[in-house]
Amino acid sequence: MSTRAAESPRSRLQHELLQVVTMPWRIASYAWVRSLLARVVIGTLVLCAVVTTLVGWMLMRQVADGLVDDKRDQSVAQAQAGFVDAQQQLDASVVTDATSQSQVLTQLLTGLASRRGSPPGYELVLVGPLALDIADEGEPGVQRSGEFSSDSIPGDLSVTVEAQPGTWWAYATLSYDDGRSEPAVVVGSRLRLISTGEAYTLYYLFPMNDQQETLSLVRRALISAGLGLTVLVAAVAWLVSRQVVTPVRLARRIAERLAAGRLEERMHVRGQDDIARLGQSFNQMASSLQRQIRQLEELSRVQRRFASDVSHELRTPLTTVRMAADVLHDGRQRFDPATARSAELLQVELDRFESLLTDLLEISRFDAGAAQLSVETVDLVEVASRVTETYRGLAERHDVRLEVVADQRPTLVEADVRRIERIVRNLVANAITYSRSPAVRIQVAGSADAVALVVRDWGVGLRSGESSLVFNRFWRADPARVRSSGGTGLGLAIALEDAALHGGWLQAWGDPGAGAQFRLTLPRHSGAELTSSPLPLVPGDAPSSTDGVRHPRVDAGAVGS
Amino acid sequence: MEAEPAPAYAAANGRVLVVDDDAALAEMLAIVLRNEGFEPFVCNSGDQALASFHAHRPDVVLLDLMLPGMDGIDVCKAIRAESGVPIVMLTAKNDTVDVVVGLESGADDYVIKPFKPKELVARIRARVRKLGDEAPELLSIADLTIDVAGHSVKRDGEPIPLTPLEFDLLLCLARKPWQVFTREVLLEQVWGYRHAADTRLVNVHVQRLRSKIERDPEHPDVVVTVRGVGYKAGSA
Repeated sequence: MSTRAAESPRSRLQHELLQVVTMPWRIASYAWVRSLLARVVIGTLVLCAVVTTLVGWMLMRQVADGLVDDKRDQSVAQAQAGFVDAQQQLDASVVTDATSQSQVLTQLLTGLASRRGSPPGYELVLVGPLALDIADEGEPGVQRSGEFSSDSIPGDLSVTVEAQPGTWWAYATLSYDDGRSEPAVVVGSRLRLISTGEAYTLYYLFPMNDQQETLSLVRRALISAGLGLTVLVAAVAWLVSRQVVTPVRLARRIAERLAAGRLEERMHVRGQDDIARLGQSFNQMASSLQRQIRQLEELSRVQRRFASDVSHELRTPLTTVRMAADVLHDGRQRFDPATARSAELLQVELDRFESLLTDLLEISRFDAGAAQLSVETVDLVEVASRVTETYRGLAERHDVRLEVVADQRPTLVEADVRRIERIVRNLVANAITYSRSPAVRIQVAGSADAVALVVRDWGVGLRSGESSLVFNRFWRADPARVRSSGGTGLGLAIALEDAALHGGWLQAWGDPGAGAQFRLTLPRHSGAELTSSPLPLVPGDAPSSTDGVRHPRVDAGAVGS
Repeated sequence: MEAEPAPAYAAANGRVLVVDDDAALAEMLAIVLRNEGFEPFVCNSGDQALASFHAHRPDVVLLDLMLPGMDGIDVCKAIRAESGVPIVMLTAKNDTVDVVVGLESGADDYVIKPFKPKELVARIRARVRKLGDEAPELLSIADLTIDVAGHSVKRDGEPIPLTPLEFDLLLCLARKPWQVFTREVLLEQVWGYRHAADTRLVNVHVQRLRSKIERDPEHPDVVVTVRGVGYKAGSA
């Protein structure tokens, strides 16, 4: 327990730390993805940094090499002069005993050291006399011109110098006794004291701190120049790409406004360059779009107008005919049987003509996009019971038991009550009239964001594939009994359009012999997106592997949203 | 000759002015109305509608919404400006805007072509049925006094002119001040619809009524809206 408790804040801290550390990266990657400007600037910045680093590095290399080579050559030349001089001095000196030998050597070193100037340009080390044979184990004496470690002379250089005549050099680190150290060129040569035949080695140590200072100066200059250049180039890139990106962004904004329906929006065009030409083409496209949309709007307006005009022009004479037929129908007892029957037929067919006309006009209104919702809060349970009341008589005539299954509390939904009631009336009337079912059940249920109404019958059902065909215009289940059962054949098509207008679903399920079920699902709030329905499309008592189960997509395709 | 008027030969149930440019329809309407015991008058153009109205003093006006010359909406406004006579619009359109414009210009009710004659007659009957058979009765609703027999509404002794329909609507609410009326119930009781019909009728007329009787129509206290249900009479 305790270890877990101790671990958890730690891992959280790690997580938070990770978040903080990766934040700039995430911001940069977001900007990279979203902004062309950021991409250009960041890209330029990175590339420029890489290039300046490379160039700077090469420059540094060349400068350093040049400085060091120069110093080395100079040092070697100076040292060689010194070696010659020292050899001459040694040749001229007369050594009789050990004391005079050491005097000579000290004099030699002091003499050489006194030429160094102030501050001293180099240090001197005199080693010797060297043992002539291996057997002599005595350490050779070492004399130095300053306070530094004689270890500063690299071992392999001293070996070379001792073994071979000539001038040799090597790079080394000059370590002073006070702890300082600096890079240096060490030049060495072997000297010979003729009188004793002893060999000595003399080393010149040239410190390179001047060169080092120059180098670090150059490095500082290069770094600041590189940084400045990088920033400058990034700024230039920003300025240049802004020139391109700003019009592009402007175009994007205008395009968004165009898409939002503000068709009169245009880009400002200045000059003759590519951007200006882009603007011109953009504006031409916008004008052409605007013209076509206006044409379509005009067309749709004309069509709506036509539907409305046809409606008026047809309805007035139909009203007259209808009333005349009614008068004839009322007085048919006074006619002879043939005329009386004609009056009856006239009456019945006028009803059909009228409902067909109404449905056709309704469909044409949907097609013209002229259908409008007048949304209010509707209780679906109330709609269901109202429709049930309306069709009580019809149900009794068809010997169908009609029942409503719903919660006691109201199932409220924002919808156009006229359209919703029309859908439900249609579903219920179809179930009563066509299903030959002993009973029709209307079920209403609601969830947090959707309501559903299901009309179930246990009649002839739908054959495979018919569950989406039922919504087609003028589709009839059985071509053989085409006209006998009446109806316009447009009811379900209109119902589907009505449902789609609400952003709702109207779906069918059916199985031969097991009956059919129609489900209307509506979003609780007008304009909301539907994701699920509170009631299943396939009833629980349905036989398995039926049409609706095997092809759920087919049914969804009938939603027509 | 007592109460029950037999349709064919009884005295007129009421005088109906039919304003419609379609001669055949107007004549057919006249035939049907006469059969039902009304006394119809026909006028074929909007321009003559007002003169015809003055000449015949009808109990109900049947008005086509689309007329040559002066159109139905203007005729409706003109009649309403000088009389509270019930006006039933005949319209071929079922679009919300047309119906609402018609109702707002003063029509009491509307019938969509093609209509069944019986439906039309029911609408007309509902509008003329309450003529002069009320028992003397005084009601009050909020700070208004309603004289049922005298068909008048007064606030502080000042009479407020209402059309018969508006009077019926107010009376319906005032008679049962404890009850909330749904729009459907009001449609049945005031307009005489047997089945649920267009609730826009109720909305429009409640607005018109409020504009006449409320001190502040924005914050009504005579006809109060009960959200999600309907309307009720405001408490005194």
